Amino acid sequence: MFELLGVTPQALFGQLLLGVINGSFYALLSLGLAVIFGMLNVINFAHGAQYMMGAFVAWMCLNYLGIPFWPALIVVPLVVGASGLLIEKLFLSRLYHVDHLYGLLLTFGLALIIEGLFRHQYGVSGLPYPNPLPGGTNLGFMFLPWYRAFAVVFSLAVCLGTWYAIERTKLGSYLRAATERPELVQAFGINVPRMLSLTYAFGVALAGLAGVLAAPIYSVTPLMGSSLIIVVFAVVVIGGMGSIMGSILTGFGLGLVEGLTKVFYPQASNVVIFVIMVIVLLARPQGLFGTPK
Amino acid sequence: MHMKAFAAALAGLGLAASAANAEMSGGSVKIGVLTDLSGTYSDYAGSGSVWSAKKAIEDYAKINPKLKVELVSADHQNKADIGANTARQWFDQDGVDMIADLTSSAVALAVINIAKEKNKVALISGAASSDISGKACTPNSVHWTHDTWALANGTGSAVVKTGGDSWFFLTSDYAFGQALERDTAAVVTKSGGKVLGAARHPLSTQDFSSFLLQAQASKAKVIGLANAGADTTNAIKQAAEFGIVAGGQSMAGLLVVVSDIHALSLKVAQGLILTEAWYWDMSDSNRAFADAYAAGNNGRRPNSIQAGVYSQVTHYLRAVDALQSDADGAATVAKMKELPTDDPLFGKGSIRADGRKIHDLYLFEVKKPEESKGPWDYYKKRATIPAAEAWRPLAEGACPLVAAK
Repeated sequence: MFELLGVTPQALFGQLLLGVINGSFYALLSLGLAVIFGMLNVINFAHGAQYMMGAFVAWMCLNYLGIPFWPALIVVPLVVGASGLLIEKLFLSRLYHVDHLYGLLLTFGLALIIEGLFRHQYGVSGLPYPNPLPGGTNLGFMFLPWYRAFAVVFSLAVCLGTWYAIERTKLGSYLRAATERPELVQAFGINVPRMLSLTYAFGVALAGLAGVLAAPIYSVTPLMGSSLIIVVFAVVVIGGMGSIMGSILTGFGLGLVEGLTKVFYPQASNVVIFVIMVIVLLARPQGLFGTPK
Repeated sequence: MHMKAFAAALAGLGLAASAANAEMSGGSVKIGVLTDLSGTYSDYAGSGSVWSAKKAIEDYAKINPKLKVELVSADHQNKADIGANTARQWFDQDGVDMIADLTSSAVALAVINIAKEKNKVALISGAASSDISGKACTPNSVHWTHDTWALANGTGSAVVKTGGDSWFFLTSDYAFGQALERDTAAVVTKSGGKVLGAARHPLSTQDFSSFLLQAQASKAKVIGLANAGADTTNAIKQAAEFGIVAGGQSMAGLLVVVSDIHALSLKVAQGLILTEAWYWDMSDSNRAFADAYAAGNNGRRPNSIQAGVYSQVTHYLRAVDALQSDADGAATVAKMKELPTDDPLFGKGSIRADGRKIHDLYLFEVKKPEESKGPWDYYKKRATIPAAEAWRPLAEGACPLVAAK
């Protein structure tokens, strides 16, 4: 069958596995976006820049403070999340009562400023970050680097953990209630503004985490976020804006679709996600996992 | 009658002005650096190219303080349409006489035609497609630092000689990458090697894993990187991760400059063989330039493209100064071809009829981490490729300017 299609099973399985690996990054990033949009109704266009910050903070930790990769996996999201907290307190919290568009414009502007600052300081050709898990194993159809295997497992765990926290715990139920009826939840004595701040910070921390994970694989450059963010937005739209599980499943699913496209028609690999987005928007505007409003 | 008197008076005024500052259009020579200031190639050329042009103008002012020179710069974002629009505006409205650098072949190929149409000058340093001095050559353009034919010839034949006789290409899918792949494939085939395939990727790709997997599956001995800037560094970094070099395949960077090595770290880049036209640590005058450059650019060292901008601006000013006019672009380029080139960075050289600047090229090997004395000490010279052998023979380029003779 494979021979009929002119594709060897090696190539097919290899590309599918790579698709899952890329999908894990899509999932982690789109999850952060979905959390922020689902809970705060903010379209966070700074997400790509925050992902880039994650990679840069990891690089700074290593080069200025001597903090290696594993502790950085915890430290960096905290730092990047704290920067998110600041943005929320200073700017975003003033925009909740106006149209989504203002939040989008604000975060887009912030993204440009953050990228510009890093570009000015570090240039674009990238900074080296050593691989914490060198080596890998030969699966027969492809060489799987240990680090990429780790990235998939780790990101899957984080995604499912987040889904569980929001959909299945008491804290999550407060959060969802606060989104729908903030006054009522406030009346029960829950500090809604603080909860929203922390939610934004959490979403941003997820982007930072994805950035740390990306640092050993991709060049750490100020432009690394902007090339990814558009794809990630497409993932969120296909999954259904604000749907947590939707964004996780779509992230991995689209990674696979992209991998398959690279086998059968490589030229289309960087547009296939957008083609799917158009089809989904036409056939099911609320997204695959979204609920119509 | 009145008109005539008026014209005579004007001419008199013009003469008076020329005594002070020759016949410069707009009263001064105006140079525009059109480059990538924000994207994939902005470290590869970018603000470093602007700095080098400024430095060349300052240094020339020491030779002839009377020549008034202005400098402008703009970002073409690696998009041919933006580059072409800026070039038109510069030539038509802003009085720019010459455009330098022109990194990205897509932009360069568009702008050299505009320079020809408006009879201005376009000097290319960063772009590499060998078509610029080949079938697309113009009487208004000079291709300075390197080109895909020369890079392919330098690195390609050196690699085939050391046993790398089967190739697979990772190619940046636009004018430059395609030209580099084509020229390298020709060298490989000519030297007795064979090409097993190629994977084309879009400009500014983050993830190379699937292309690398294809390269790995091809079992080619050499993976030729027909791309540049961040694309090359990302591909090399990920190849190390996927155990490609450890698995016995080797990587050949076909357009690698010293800033790319800085981004990769020696641990990843060691042993890489590459061809570059200029290296900062080769002579006292190069080192002096590099020190001044580092002081103005966050401690970074210049690469061959940025040094090339210095060299081309210097030679352009010399030609304009000799002509005492910058009005006729084709005449200026003809003068540039007539005068031998000579500057502190590229030494003595010449420009051929097809607009190809001729100088030596160098084959370098990237040092091992323990051989390096510190940041930016990255190259060992393996060989000098003499100017006579480094470039595509004049007759093979299909440049209409040559055929016309």
